[in-house]
Amino acid sequence: MSLITRPRPDIAWIGRVNALLRYGVLIGVGLVMLYPLFWMVAASFKPNHEIFGSVGLWPQEPTMDGVVKGWRTGTEYSFATYLLNSFAFIIPKVVLTVVSSVLVAYGFARFRMPGKQLWFALMVATILLPKSVLLIPQYLMFREFGWLDTYLPLYVPCAFATDGFFVFMVVQFLRGIPPDMEEAAVIDGCNSLQVLWHVVVPVIMPAIISVALFQFMWSLNDFLYPLIYLSSVGKYPVALALKMAIDVTEATAWNQVLAMSTIALLPSLIVFFLAQKYFVEGITSGSVKG
Amino acid sequence: MAKGRVLLRGVVKSFGATDVIKGVDLEIAPGELTVFVGPSGCGKSTLLRLVSGLELPTGGSIMIGDRDVTLVHPSERGIAMVFQSYALYPHMSVAENMGFGLKIAGLPKALIKEKVAKAAETLQLTPLLDRKPRALSGGQRQRVAIGRCIVREPDVFLFDEPLSNLDAALRGQMRVEIARLHAKLGATMIYVTHDQVEAMTLATRIVVLNAGRIEQIGAPIELYCHPANLFVAGFIGSPRMNFMDGIVEGAEADSVNVRLNGATLRLPRYDADVKRGNKVTVGIRPEHFRVGPTAEAAEEPAVEFDAVIDLVERLGGETLAHLRMPSLSDGVLVVKISGDVALRIGTGLRVGVRLAQCHLFDADGRAVGAPASRVAPVAA
Repeated sequence: MSLITRPRPDIAWIGRVNALLRYGVLIGVGLVMLYPLFWMVAASFKPNHEIFGSVGLWPQEPTMDGVVKGWRTGTEYSFATYLLNSFAFIIPKVVLTVVSSVLVAYGFARFRMPGKQLWFALMVATILLPKSVLLIPQYLMFREFGWLDTYLPLYVPCAFATDGFFVFMVVQFLRGIPPDMEEAAVIDGCNSLQVLWHVVVPVIMPAIISVALFQFMWSLNDFLYPLIYLSSVGKYPVALALKMAIDVTEATAWNQVLAMSTIALLPSLIVFFLAQKYFVEGITSGSVKG
Repeated sequence: MAKGRVLLRGVVKSFGATDVIKGVDLEIAPGELTVFVGPSGCGKSTLLRLVSGLELPTGGSIMIGDRDVTLVHPSERGIAMVFQSYALYPHMSVAENMGFGLKIAGLPKALIKEKVAKAAETLQLTPLLDRKPRALSGGQRQRVAIGRCIVREPDVFLFDEPLSNLDAALRGQMRVEIARLHAKLGATMIYVTHDQVEAMTLATRIVVLNAGRIEQIGAPIELYCHPANLFVAGFIGSPRMNFMDGIVEGAEADSVNVRLNGATLRLPRYDADVKRGNKVTVGIRPEHFRVGPTAEAAEEPAVEFDAVIDLVERLGGETLAHLRMPSLSDGVLVVKISGDVALRIGTGLRVGVRLAQCHLFDADGRAVGAPASRVAPVAA
């Protein structure tokens, strides 16, 4: 006799209605949340006068005008320059953040040192510190260094694990991993850096990818720091270029702004979907048993 | 040449204000399989980690072979270690796991491959060399961990509760494999476990640890037959030894008279340093009891107890009877009877034990005098 029996037809029916309701609500809420995004993409292909003329998604007079003109921008540089500018500081920023946070987190998670608790508490306290508090002292310091209107103030601090959040995240991830593997590597002849490179880094790769992804997306969206430190239009990243396109005195070509916003969104989206598998693992497996 | 000899002198280890190892002196001869046993938190794993170099001692010295390795890096001590959690590198294949130490040491690839292949053959891992650890069963993983040690050709193998994560059947199988490996390689091995069966079956010598100190060192059977103190007596043997409180009535050259449960027992003991009125503890192993009068018991001086059956555990091959004895201080005796015996709870049972099999401990828990079997009978 089979232990698994067919569900009774009325139970199966309730199950179907249940699923229908659940998915209906999910799709509905999802649409409400994503509608502005869809609207932005659709508006990129609308003429400027149509954008505020209708709430409809589909362009009545589809045009590539916004994309083409937006790409050319109102300045002497094309949008490509601004995109490349963004990458010019984001890539070193991501690399330095990953290297420094992993090194510091490894130290906190695995080494005995005097006053470790205090240092860790101080590090966590920097997460709680509002960023704006640091703006003026940092600006004065970088001005003394002669780094104004360069990308250095945007990424050099990351070489010193200044993003406490990332250090904290990797420390938590490392705490969930038993140190036996590292001890085995020590017995196998590794020094601390070799243990880190050969054993720890491969094991915490999901956390590292999460750090890189977060830093990439946040930096691409960052507006304030580039605004403060960069003065030459030729060095502007995407966020500043978009702001520039919004003219406060004359009528703004919104279709161009929205088209470029859509393009500015693409790198984050592409990187996210490429790393999605590891990223999800990274934000969950730090808390759950690794 | 003392390759593979391990010598600990006055080894002390403290973590902050907590002393975990409180002065350990121990010599392990080359080729010996020494097992550290003791209850949780007794410091047996810490002692192993001190030998491995993963922890540095607070005091004392450690020698491996003829070298003082007290402050030497783990990889330069000539040791290899198997961890309880296997500690395999999850991102490397079995072959890479086994050859990792050699790769770090900078050996040529061809040589690494050859050594890994040889170790894999010894452990029947050849078909699994390309697999990742997650695709292996618990037993296979533990064999890879052992293989990782073998390729390093260490002077001393260290095992930290290697079989604790395996199920009972696999544990038995791996135990035999480790015993075979020891016979084949002839290397010095130090093995930490809390499992008595592992300790008794594998060890050349057992080191019983308690609260950071060595309680007794000896061959397994010696510890079983002649425990030096109450702790070892209670720890070695399962179910544990029964203890009963008694009072010394007098001591002679070859025996001690103990008042126990309303009767006087004349326990054979040589050179016992006890006085009349001293409190003592008599220890009897559950398996040394006999049920009912037997011819054997009649031949040798024996003692018998009347008790009431409180609980019966039938294990098939043997039966454990928990007996209540109202006249006893702690009141319960555990008796192990071989075979499946039908006993009824609440009924009376008479059990006997040969006096030569009774253990005697003084008020400080030390074994009293020399037991009869260890002293040559004095010619009359």
